[in-house]
This record gives sequence, structure tokens and C-alpha cells, in this order.
Amino acid sequence: MKALCWYGKEDVRVETVPDPKVLNPKDAIIEVTRTAICGSDLHLYDGFIPTLEAGDILGHEFMGEVVDTGQEVRKLNRGDKVVVPFTIACGQCFFCKRGLWSACDNTNPNAWMAEKMYGYSGSGLFGYSHMMGGYAGGQAQYVRVPFADVGPLQIPDGVPDDKVLFLSDIFPTGYMAAENCDIKPGDVIAIWGCGPVGQFAIRSALLLGAAKVIAIDRFPERLQLAERGGAETLDYSRCDDVVEELKFRTGGRGPDACIDAVGMEAHATSISGLYDEIETRLMLETDRPMVLRQAIQACRKGGTVSIPGVYAGFINKLNFGAAFGKGLTFKMGQTNMHKYMQPLLQKIMDGAIDPSEVISHRVGLRDAPRMYKVFREKQDHCTKVVLDPKAA
Amino acid sequence: MSSQFADFPSLRARRHVNQRRKRVSKALRIPMIAGGATLAALGIKRRSLLGAGMAAGGGLLIYRGITAQGAWLSTLISVRKSVTIARPVEELYRFWREFENLPRFMRHLRSVRSSGGQLQWVSSGLLGKNFSWEAEIVEERENELISWRSLPGSQIENQGAVRFQAAPEDRGTEVRVELVYRPPAGRVGAAFAMLFGEEPEQQIREDLRRFKELMEAGEIPTTDGQPHGRRSKVTNILKSVSGYGRSDEEMNAQRVIS
Repeated sequence: MKALCWYGKEDVRVETVPDPKVLNPKDAIIEVTRTAICGSDLHLYDGFIPTLEAGDILGHEFMGEVVDTGQEVRKLNRGDKVVVPFTIACGQCFFCKRGLWSACDNTNPNAWMAEKMYGYSGSGLFGYSHMMGGYAGGQAQYVRVPFADVGPLQIPDGVPDDKVLFLSDIFPTGYMAAENCDIKPGDVIAIWGCGPVGQFAIRSALLLGAAKVIAIDRFPERLQLAERGGAETLDYSRCDDVVEELKFRTGGRGPDACIDAVGMEAHATSISGLYDEIETRLMLETDRPMVLRQAIQACRKGGTVSIPGVYAGFINKLNFGAAFGKGLTFKMGQTNMHKYMQPLLQKIMDGAIDPSEVISHRVGLRDAPRMYKVFREKQDHCTKVVLDPKAA
Repeated sequence: MSSQFADFPSLRARRHVNQRRKRVSKALRIPMIAGGATLAALGIKRRSLLGAGMAAGGGLLIYRGITAQGAWLSTLISVRKSVTIARPVEELYRFWREFENLPRFMRHLRSVRSSGGQLQWVSSGLLGKNFSWEAEIVEERENELISWRSLPGSQIENQGAVRFQAAPEDRGTEVRVELVYRPPAGRVGAAFAMLFGEEPEQQIREDLRRFKELMEAGEIPTTDGQPHGRRSKVTNILKSVSGYGRSDEEMNAQRVIS
């Protein structure tokens, strides 16, 4: 089959590799009908995530048709159309039973690597480094899905792929980010980053009853999309002081909750942005936390900072005193996918939201390497790239 | 909690030996690390396949030097690890008590045969060479404890215990394993060190993790045998020197209905 493989920093290629096969009794093999490039794939592309190996197949947003199942798969059958969550969960451990699916104890074959870095390991992920399980990803024509009765969500006939594909990651991720804000009537939510996760966080916050969402970015097309989703926008590149601006727009109170939908590769026009650029180049820190600092500074007393943006390592000069002084709550982590997929599918079916509106590019798999670059450079008004592995 | 060795006066008496071992092994570390670094540097300078091999070998020496736990020296090694498994005590005890089950989650064990309170363990070795040893069950308390020790004259002198204790509320069972063993000397010892010597703690932790995965999720997660693009030569060399014990595929083939 054809698959997108990682070979190093800014080096991904479509290669011919063997087809996947069932390795464990609860596996299924999916023929991929749609897959996407995630903003977090760019962290792999840019070499920010350790423990990738040359030849690894990337991709964790995908859906398709079941073509083979292991002997212990009960729920899924050949021919079923499914969306697959990017986190792999066993459904039986302490964490799965408490709805903390992304913390599953039993799905990372390389848990010891994550334990060395983080103390404990989260669940296995598709196509996201060996430390996170080393599972071959879904930017391919076929993919092997472990614990097939636990993760994949069956999609009724007649629903277009493009409407449900993002149930694999970014819609639930944006939704959980908003849910983590514990939104009360009258709440104002500030959201940094109007990429796809930011867009879903905006729409989810409003669905959950936020009085106002202020969306922060600098790319006009992304700000326009945020506006279409119901947000008020703030272009930080035209603003001297984001924190002051947010204060002004919230009657001096500050946002009730702040969402960092950017993560460790933040860009900024300020001195502090330059500082992080230098520190990461010198390996004095691994992640650039400009957004996190701003969110902490801007958040009202007793408010919540919700972090769907990915952080991987160490950060410097974090204004933790401000967080303590204001009694902030932090909520973060990989999305507990399995909890959100079914209810969010319902919202799509009810017409409350159409996730396909974030798509800017639809191409065949062979164009994926070029689109990684376009997406990373945000050329051509690129917000979200969907790949069709059959178009090859 | 109190020392897990309370039931083993002979082991408790030997713990100071273990302490001394650590000091001795430190003296060996410096030449190992320095030699490894030199070899790795020379290897990297060559920029060839041989160079990659040298670099990998040097890396292994550095790694061994850093993690040296004295398996190179024929002294006592003790390991204790615990894991919480979300299954009832009775179920876990029963599974473990069927010693034939152990190779399903212990990577180095090829088989265990039990008859009349005696156990015959066979462990996979290098180049198809197996180690085997006989042990006897020292104590059994149903749903609580199983302990064993090797019979005199065994290739691998060892003693171990596993305890099962209900975890708080609905968390299942805390399983604690303790092992003390004296690696054999000579050529057998060198081969043994290749197998077990790297990080015995890590290996017991991985075995317990697989036990948990098997009991909770019903299978042990793997990526062995999945597709990937061409690997670099260095990756292939590193994989060929670091792989020890049985592959996931071999372990899976051993799946039995219990």
C-alpha cells in the first residue's frame, strides 16, 4: 500500500510499504477513505517530538471501512464505516472506566519510554512517535486498529465523510477544551489560535452557553472563519498588548476562561517571542510557551486555563506566580476521545454544526508531502488539509 | 509497609552483599563509559556502515557502563516491583498459581512445568540455547502469597515471592513481586548477563505490565509486524543488538485458553 512516512525534520515521503495485518485478536484492519493532516503532525514534521524513527507512518485523523477483523472482535463487521479516535483505549482499566480514556494503562507497548520522560505513560496514539506507542498511522491506504470494539465509532449510511472525519480528533479536542472551561451563563472565553482546534473550541464554547468568545490569531482567513463561527476576533499582530486589550473588552474583569489552542510552537511578535525562539534553538527549553504565559496573565481571578495545544517537554519563565496569585485552575491533556465521539456525531446529525467548514484543501495522498509544507507555512490560506488515499 | 523480605531470613542476611556489589560495579563503569565513548566517536568519524556498527557498539558500552547493575560480577541481585491490576485477588492468584501461564507474560520464560510442589523453569537463551532450573514451592497461602526457591545445584540460584492484596475501594489488586538471584559464573554467566543483566528491574516491571495488560485488557499490545517505510541502517543495527528475549509474536503463539 501507499503510506506517508517520516524520514526526518521537514522530510516526509509517500512510500510503498507492506499492507497491515491483524496482530492481536481485538484488531481490525481499516481501508482508509479519508485522512487529514493535524496541526500536531506539524510538531513531528518540525522535529519537536522525540522518539520518531525514519520510516514511521504518520497520521492520527482517519476514517474508513472495516476490511478485516481479529477473532475476538464482536461489534464491528466487514463493510462497516467507522471513524477511529486517535487515542487507543482498552476499555477495561482504572482510567477507561473513569472516562479518562486518553490515560489508558494498557495500550502503549513502549510505556517505559514515556515513563522515563513523564513518570507514567498515557494511552497509545496512532502515528505519533514510539514513546506514544509507535503505532503505524492513518495517512495510508490501510491501517491496523487495536481494540476495535472500544474505539471506532460506526457511522450511519449516507453521512458524508467530510462531515464526520474530524470526530477522529480535532472536533472532540476543541469540544473538551471548551467543556474544561466549565462555562457558566455570562462567561467570556478567550481562545488563542484559530486553527482547526481553535475553530471547534469557539463553536463548542458557544454551544455550551458562553456569552462571548474572543478569538485571537493573525491570519485573516482564520479570523474570518472564527467570525463565521460566532466569535469576536482579535488580531494580535495589530495589537500592542493582548492582555490589556482583553481587559478592555471584558469591562476590566478579564476572560472567565482562556484556551491555549496553539501549544509549544507558538509565534509572537514581541520580545518574549524572540526570547523563546533563542532558548529553544539553544536547547535551554524545548517548547515555546508564549500563549500559555499570556493566557495565565489575562485570565480573571479564579478562572480556568484550558490547554488543548500540545506541549511535550520543558518551558522556562512560566509566570506561575500569577497562576497562584489568582487561584487559577489548569485543565489539559490528550482528549478523552471515546467520551465525546457519539454525542458529537449526534450534534452533526442534528445539524447543530458542520465540521467540514474548516477544510481548505482536498488532495490525494501523493500530494501530502507538499501539503505538510503548505500547511506549516500557512500558504494559500491553508487551514485544514484532507487527504483521499484512494485518489493516490 | 514492612520489609518484603521478612519471610526470607536467608535473603535478608544477604542484602549487604548486594550493597557491596554496587560499589564494586562503580569502579568498572568509568573504563566502560570512556571506552564506549572513544569507540562511538571513532565510529561516527568513519561515516560508513562499519562506523555505524562501531558507534552502536560504543553506545551499548556507554549504556551498560551507566546502567551497570553488577550482573557482570557474579553477586546477588534483588528486585522488587508492584503493580495494581483492576481484577479480583482470586482471579489473579488462580492465574499465577497455574505456573504454566507465566510464559504468557514473562518474556524470557519459555515454559514452566509443575508437579508435586516442584517447578521446572526453562528460559530462552542466546542462539537458541535455553537455561533451565528446578525450584520448589516454599510457601503458598491461598489468595495471598506464593513463594519459591531454586533447588540446590541449579544453574541459576534464585528465590522469589509474589503477593496479592486487595487495593482500596474498587481498584482491584496490588501485586508485589520480589526476586533475588545469583547469576551463574563463567560462560553461562556471560550469556545470562546478555539476557537478564541489562536492567533486571526494568524487565520485571515489563513482565508485570504484561500481566496487567493480559488480565485487564485480554491481550498484550504490540506493534511487532506492522508496516513501516525503509529504516535507516543505524536503526536496524541498534534493533539487532538490543533485542533480547522472545518477540511479541512468539509470546502470542503461546496463547492458551485458561
